[in-house]
Amino acid sequence: MSANMAVLGYLIASVCFILALKGLSHPESARQGNTFGMVGMAIAIVVTVAIVAQGRLDLILLAMVIGAAIGAYAARRVEMTQMPELVAAMHSLVGLAAVLIAVAVVNNPSSFNMSNPMPMGNKLELFIGTFVGAITFSGSVIAFGKLAGLGKQFRLFSSAPVVFPGQHMVNLILAIVMLGFGGAFFLAPAQPWLPFLVMMTIAFVLGVLIIIPIGGADMPVVISMLNSYSGWAAAGIGFSLNNQLLIIAGSLVGSSGAILSYIMCKAMNRSFFSVILGGFGAAEGAASTGGEERTVRSGSADDAAFLMANAESVIIVPGYGLAVARAQHAVKELAHKLIAKGVTVRYAIHPVAGRMPGHMNVLLAEAEVPYDQVLEMDDINSDFGTTDVVLVLGANDVVNPLAHEKGSPIYGMPILDVAKSRTILVNKRSMAAGYAGLDNPLFYMDKTMMVFGDAKKVVEDIVKGLD
Amino acid sequence: MTGAVDPTLINLIIFVLAVFVGYHVVWNVTPALHTPLMSVTNAISSVIIVGAILAAGAQTADFGAISGAVAVGLAAINVVGGFMVTQRMLEMFKKKTPKAPRQGDQA
Repeated sequence: MSANMAVLGYLIASVCFILALKGLSHPESARQGNTFGMVGMAIAIVVTVAIVAQGRLDLILLAMVIGAAIGAYAARRVEMTQMPELVAAMHSLVGLAAVLIAVAVVNNPSSFNMSNPMPMGNKLELFIGTFVGAITFSGSVIAFGKLAGLGKQFRLFSSAPVVFPGQHMVNLILAIVMLGFGGAFFLAPAQPWLPFLVMMTIAFVLGVLIIIPIGGADMPVVISMLNSYSGWAAAGIGFSLNNQLLIIAGSLVGSSGAILSYIMCKAMNRSFFSVILGGFGAAEGAASTGGEERTVRSGSADDAAFLMANAESVIIVPGYGLAVARAQHAVKELAHKLIAKGVTVRYAIHPVAGRMPGHMNVLLAEAEVPYDQVLEMDDINSDFGTTDVVLVLGANDVVNPLAHEKGSPIYGMPILDVAKSRTILVNKRSMAAGYAGLDNPLFYMDKTMMVFGDAKKVVEDIVKGLD
Repeated sequence: MTGAVDPTLINLIIFVLAVFVGYHVVWNVTPALHTPLMSVTNAISSVIIVGAILAAGAQTADFGAISGAVAVGLAAINVVGGFMVTQRMLEMFKKKTPKAPRQGDQA
């Protein structure tokens, strides 16, 4: 295949990728978009295989078949509640692939149409692609461990922030040393293996170190950030291989991840920097509770059922607790019963509810909740004042009225204004504070009733109570 | 202005424009679909398989080609897994056609 034909093929593939993202502007057009994405990828792969066709294809085809089988198996088997883990795992693969390609380039630049020794410009690009790829890989592995709750087996995977004194200093020094070896790689003559490998190793370590201090509820930011990194890694490799398709696809993904990180940070009213420095919620945990013993009103599932059955409108606020308890189907059942009784039921989603952007929407979609019943924070916030009953399921910080009080650690964070509704039902497993380590005044309001227990069990009991 | 433009500069132009396109397209993604957005971008970034195929297809079957082949395998997991899981999720967002009376409706 001629080089011109190949580039034209890549152009079509790039357009397909853009259409894939564009389709996601609406649930109805999204599936068509995904098809575009697959077509684009198929073109890209066929064109590239045609380029190397005079080389050895056996290894490539074998690797593709094995990879495709594993990918298909994982995609079929994964549960929707495990989506964040799957996404983190997939980010790590992109990172590792970028590093392996860089190794192949250093090993023999001439097989990529580069002169040997490599030109300086290619080296610089390769260096960027490698360290971003390496950080993406090891950072995603840690994120995966945290999301999969492997903290008990291995401390680095703890979902609580892992902090040690001088952490930021260590990271800074490592980063400088890494850049130093990058410089050595840049200046070295032929086959600069030593500086390359040292630089790569430090990048792997850095990836671990920058993710461990970030706690569970900040995961939506981390996972979007790693999403972004995986794109930049692909773009970096594209620069060094002089491959425009990699550059375009990589930048699309990179900017997408960056936008998601921004949206998530904004939804927590925290700067990207403060999330990355980590340690949030670890320090102030005990100190911030008010001190005086306040009482909460707790009730049974039957009480909750009675309140909801007699309401005109109900809003359900799902949080991470819903995902942990896998209560999405039970919730749908509850809504179904209520709607049959003539109650208006809607769902209110906070952007950072759950462990990744859009986590709650996917769970509700899995339970076949129609998406027009599911509203984003900005669209539903003004309706809480006219709502009879709000059911909060395993959410805490995102409904904490302290966000409106100056001086509180979460001051300024946009929240769901649950406190404005007439009656509030809160399901939690215990009175433990949320991620921010803050007490939640919502729980002590006169119109609030706590229903303790596992979200799934409680919702099922409420459903029984409705019969 | 004489002589050929450095290919890196042309790549830079492509890069900057692609970032702009990505920026504007992604802001239009509805928040409800942010998880499918992540999985589909994941699949798209595994277009790095292109680089891996070039590495694995080198004429000399040496360490670099093996390394490339492993990268092909890893990226292939993502290509197939990423698009398939996105498809699975998007199927769930399909508008439910008002089926024949759903259970419980007549209660």
